[in-house]
Amino acid sequence: MRSAQRLTLFLLMAPAVLWLGLLIVLPHVEILILSFSERVAPRVYAFGAGNYLEFFTEPLYWRTFARTAIMSILVTAITLVLAFPIALYIARVARGPTKAMLLLLCLLPFWVSELVRTLGWMMLLRETGVISYLLRMTGLADQPVEMLYNDGAVILGLVYGGLLFMIVPLANALESLEPAVVEAGFDLGGSRWTVLRRIVIPHAMPGIVAGSIIVFMLTVGNFATPVLLGGKNGLWFTEQIYAQFITRFNWPQGAAFGMLLLLLSSTIVWVGLRLTGQSLGTTLRQA
Amino acid sequence: MNRPSFVWKLYIAAFYVFLFAPLLVVAIFAFNASPFPSPPWRGFTLAWFIGDGSAFGKPGVLMDPIWLTSIGNSLKVAIPVALLAVVVGTVNAWVLERAEFRGKTFLAMMMLWPLVIPGVVLGISILAFFSRVANGLEDWLQTDLDPLRPGLPLVILGQLSFILTISTLIIAARLRKFDRSLEEAALDLGASRARVLRTITLPFLKPALIGAGLVALLMSFENFNTTLMLVGSDAPLPITMYGQMREGASPAINAVSLFLMLGVGGIASLFALTSKAEA
Repeated sequence: MRSAQRLTLFLLMAPAVLWLGLLIVLPHVEILILSFSERVAPRVYAFGAGNYLEFFTEPLYWRTFARTAIMSILVTAITLVLAFPIALYIARVARGPTKAMLLLLCLLPFWVSELVRTLGWMMLLRETGVISYLLRMTGLADQPVEMLYNDGAVILGLVYGGLLFMIVPLANALESLEPAVVEAGFDLGGSRWTVLRRIVIPHAMPGIVAGSIIVFMLTVGNFATPVLLGGKNGLWFTEQIYAQFITRFNWPQGAAFGMLLLLLSSTIVWVGLRLTGQSLGTTLRQA
Repeated sequence: MNRPSFVWKLYIAAFYVFLFAPLLVVAIFAFNASPFPSPPWRGFTLAWFIGDGSAFGKPGVLMDPIWLTSIGNSLKVAIPVALLAVVVGTVNAWVLERAEFRGKTFLAMMMLWPLVIPGVVLGISILAFFSRVANGLEDWLQTDLDPLRPGLPLVILGQLSFILTISTLIIAARLRKFDRSLEEAALDLGASRARVLRTITLPFLKPALIGAGLVALLMSFENFNTTLMLVGSDAPLPITMYGQMREGASPAINAVSLFLMLGVGGIASLFALTSKAEA
């Protein structure tokens, strides 16, 4: 009986072990090894940290990496500021059907493919696009205005893509805020700003952390939005990985870049969790 | 705080305009009678859906083999992904919720891990690993192992690597709410294990199974980052769209996008209905 139970458990665990082993763990071991191999002659590789050295010596690589990290932090901050009033409204002000509808309307655009949303922004922002056309029609501009292919467009597209992942955890966290606590804050003479800063924001902290981590991860790992909205000026690190792997066929270099991206993403997630004392499991569940 | 100021309400309104503006523009210009997806408005047409190319030099979506093949490729990936996600997700959920063994917390954490790995990194790691396996096996077996090379089978594996986490979480959440005394009652009444599973447990899980399948279908259909790294010569829909967007597309891409939006709307409302049944 005992051995039969063991066999059953073993069989039930087999798919999970195969999945995590063959699709997650071993592939990551593979790129870790690959990232430390250098080509010494055609089809001959040796162990070495040359791919990582190349990253630090070639300015294009580390600048793109730093740019991706800094812009992702900026995008996360902007997303948080833009999303907070919306989440607060959905959680604290809206009631009944209005509330459900506001939340549903937030969800809908994000079920649509990232490429469709990016296409929309390209049609709005480009020289021959809708906004440029409207500006000319209303006489605000006398020639076509190009708003695509710059950092502003990239940030706009990334913030747009991150909003939902910020609003939902924020609204969830604000939902549990006791109205009496807020009233007490006002009764004790707190201004709107004081109440927001001393009561509402601390209460929303788990949501703020969860939302920020998810938005940061999605932004750093994004590919289509910076490439399509930024054009040649997009310069996102994922694009470098793609270039090494697919265009130049330099897999060891691409693998090193992949490890660096993974490191960046994990470090920020870990620091974020550490600073606020949250665990990954509860954070992901918040979303 | 319960009486929102005018500025706040205005901000909320502006926000929703901002949220829907790109989607509306995409949808509206699918019907513009112009060879370019840009203003001015030149009149209403259905040519970008069913045109044969005589009007603007390029055919509509339903007449264009490029778009039809891409949609077909996407389905060839999405359907196996959704089926496997439901089956394996159910088994995983069972292990997480029912089994007791050492290292269970570790396994549960490992299952969450794929969600924090960037899609591009998942793609390249699977590409590199399976190429190594293919190289080794081909030398040994002296045959070609094309399914392990970039192509639709590898795309299926790549997408499964993270979609399985989602389907496992959805099904496990439902299984947690199950009242086990129902199963015990059925067993006491003489039902076999298989019969209990078929008549009690699976019907209870059904909304979650459908929901997980729909979410997997959608995520697979729309995945770009992981797919881009693993794709061979057969491009699924997002890859074709990306290519067309880079080189300047005809409004046929708006028509495809409109189909996608309608499909997503349909699937999202189905999912909302099944999860309402779950609550």
